[in-house]
Amino acid sequence: MKILVCMKQVPQKDAPLKLNEAGTWIREDVSYEVNEPDAFALEEALRQKEKHGGEVVAITAGPARSQQVLREALAKGADRAIHLEDAGFVGLDALNVARALAAAIKDEQFDLIFTGLQSDDQGYAQTGVVLAELLGWPHATIIMQIERTGDGIRVKRELEAGFFQFVDMPLPAVLTIQSGINKLRYATLIGIKQAKNKPMRKVTMAEVQPALGPNLQKVERLHVPQKTRNTEFLEGAPAEIAKKLVDKLRNEARVL
Amino acid sequence: MADTILVVVEQREGKLNRVSWETIVAGQALARETGWNLEAAVAGNNVSGLASEVAAKAVTKVYAIESPKLATYTPDAFAAALKQFIASSQPKLVLMPHTYQVRDFIPKLATAMGRTVITDCIGFKKEKEILLFTRQMFQGKFAADVTFAGDPPWFVTFQNGAFRADKIESGAAAAPIENVNIEIADAVVRNRPEEAFKEAKQAVDLTQASVIVAVGRGIKEQKNIELAKQLAEALGGEIAASRPICDSGWLPMDRQVGSSGQTVAPQLYLALGISGAIQHLVGMKGARTIIAVNKDSEAPIFEIADYAVVGNLFDIVPPLIEEIKKVKPAS
Ligand SMILES: Cc1cc2nc3c(=O)[nH]c(=O)nc-3n(C[C@H](O)[C@H](O)[C@H](O)COP(=O)(O)OP(=O)(O)OC[C@H]3O[C@@H](n4cnc5c(N)ncnc54)[C@H](O)[C@@H]3O)c2cc1C
Repeated sequence: MKILVCMKQVPQKDAPLKLNEAGTWIREDVSYEVNEPDAFALEEALRQKEKHGGEVVAITAGPARSQQVLREALAKGADRAIHLEDAGFVGLDALNVARALAAAIKDEQFDLIFTGLQSDDQGYAQTGVVLAELLGWPHATIIMQIERTGDGIRVKRELEAGFFQFVDMPLPAVLTIQSGINKLRYATLIGIKQAKNKPMRKVTMAEVQPALGPNLQKVERLHVPQKTRNTEFLEGAPAEIAKKLVDKLRNEARVL
Repeated sequence: MADTILVVVEQREGKLNRVSWETIVAGQALARETGWNLEAAVAGNNVSGLASEVAAKAVTKVYAIESPKLATYTPDAFAAALKQFIASSQPKLVLMPHTYQVRDFIPKLATAMGRTVITDCIGFKKEKEILLFTRQMFQGKFAADVTFAGDPPWFVTFQNGAFRADKIESGAAAAPIENVNIEIADAVVRNRPEEAFKEAKQAVDLTQASVIVAVGRGIKEQKNIELAKQLAEALGGEIAASRPICDSGWLPMDRQVGSSGQTVAPQLYLALGISGAIQHLVGMKGARTIIAVNKDSEAPIFEIADYAVVGNLFDIVPPLIEEIKKVKPAS
């Protein structure tokens, strides 16, 4: 099976984030990492390849820094990578990102495309599903298991509140992968070395531009969310805080 | 003709998902703000009963969108049916709850119509005749005001809990119901879903617990879970966790709190090293008292905590256990 994995670089989980001057986005001088569900999507693609053979290709759209996620993917075992490299990709809405990805792979024939189910930064939860529609392929979201059947696949979708559901579907298809579907591997030293010689195709904004349209939604501004509860911050040395907490547990929460 | 807001309510196996009422409340608020008409639709097979349930609320009309192909949910059939209906009825704004089902098909629907959807919104405002929809970004660290830059219909989904279902207005009289029969060709529907099922029998029922100590990724290593267990024991409570802890197998799945785990409402919820992602918060924000310990003063968990401790949980928890033992001798 030939599998494409769409991956995104996002700010590191505990990176302190600051707003840019216009208040429309964050300041970009933070540390980045692979969007977590995308790491699980890559792992799943590698496992499928180990079982059924084929090829795993990683793709990302973003500025030069985002090449790091492709390097990591190659080091973990992806066969090659595609980098839509331009800072302008950060400002595209989900529809345009999906259009750019579709344009970049128009001469390829994949059996499966994986994306993470949503990104840790924008959290639109759209790119995979939009991509499926643009390609005219079936899709399934929030996937926790994938098996090959005769001429298609059988996937396990996570539903709300602890429910699941199996779905049979034909190939080619797009799946959005949920964190926790598998256990992530680490890149080995050999893998990191080999990654340097693996092919990385660069795609410019100009090449995919004809496929894009105007953004249909616009982030006007970002702000710090409003608190919904009156939070009391307890301060002091740990021993003092412990005493204050016990006081709250007794007299406010009344559980002691 | 006046502009219309259309709320598409969610049904599964002939039952309305309660979160649909919240979306109708959002629609009622938007209708007041804009002066637009509020209509509702329910899609499925034999849904006229559900349509009349919705028609009792303050909406001007309810559509029962029906096809045998809508009997079980598939993204192909739902997107096809709603596309046909929306293309002919031309609402300005289409609202749905941000459920697993809706997020599975609404990006497809919007794309098929050459439109966009602003997902997972927590509110809206109107400034100078322009509607802005507020949604969280960066895992709740920021909120963003987002506008539509293209033509209607504009699609919006609202987060679970963003509006209060008990604020719903009933209509003076039942709204008229119109049946809309949709033809969907066989080849359109490609997925073949099976029945939904629950994975494992639940060994613990956290919904009954009055005290819950919950751990998140801040606990760092599996062996440190023991420390949280000691705290839970000292308080006579249950141990629970955020999703990554259960994904890693450090605690069993039935101890997971959140949208894909259990929804709890204890007297006390003590969160250790949990950032407060919305999918976790929906499962515990009904707790009477929330205490959060997190080393990051900007962690979103503090937005809903009653008592907050900014600090290292490994410094705070051991003396806390000692203090509790002083006032509450082990039983
Ligand atoms: C469809 C979907 C469904 C989901 N369902 C659920 C669900 O049911 N339940 C759920 O919980 N999540 C769920 N999630 C995942 C959710 O989005 C978050 O990823 C998850 O809740 C994060 O868990 P966490 O807070 O433990 O980890 P993180 O977000 O990594 O937070 C760890 C926190 O620990 C703090 N910390 C680190 N070290 C220390 C220390 N020494 N002392 C004190 N604090 C420390 C950090 O500052 C940080 O805030 C779901 C996601 C999706 C997309």
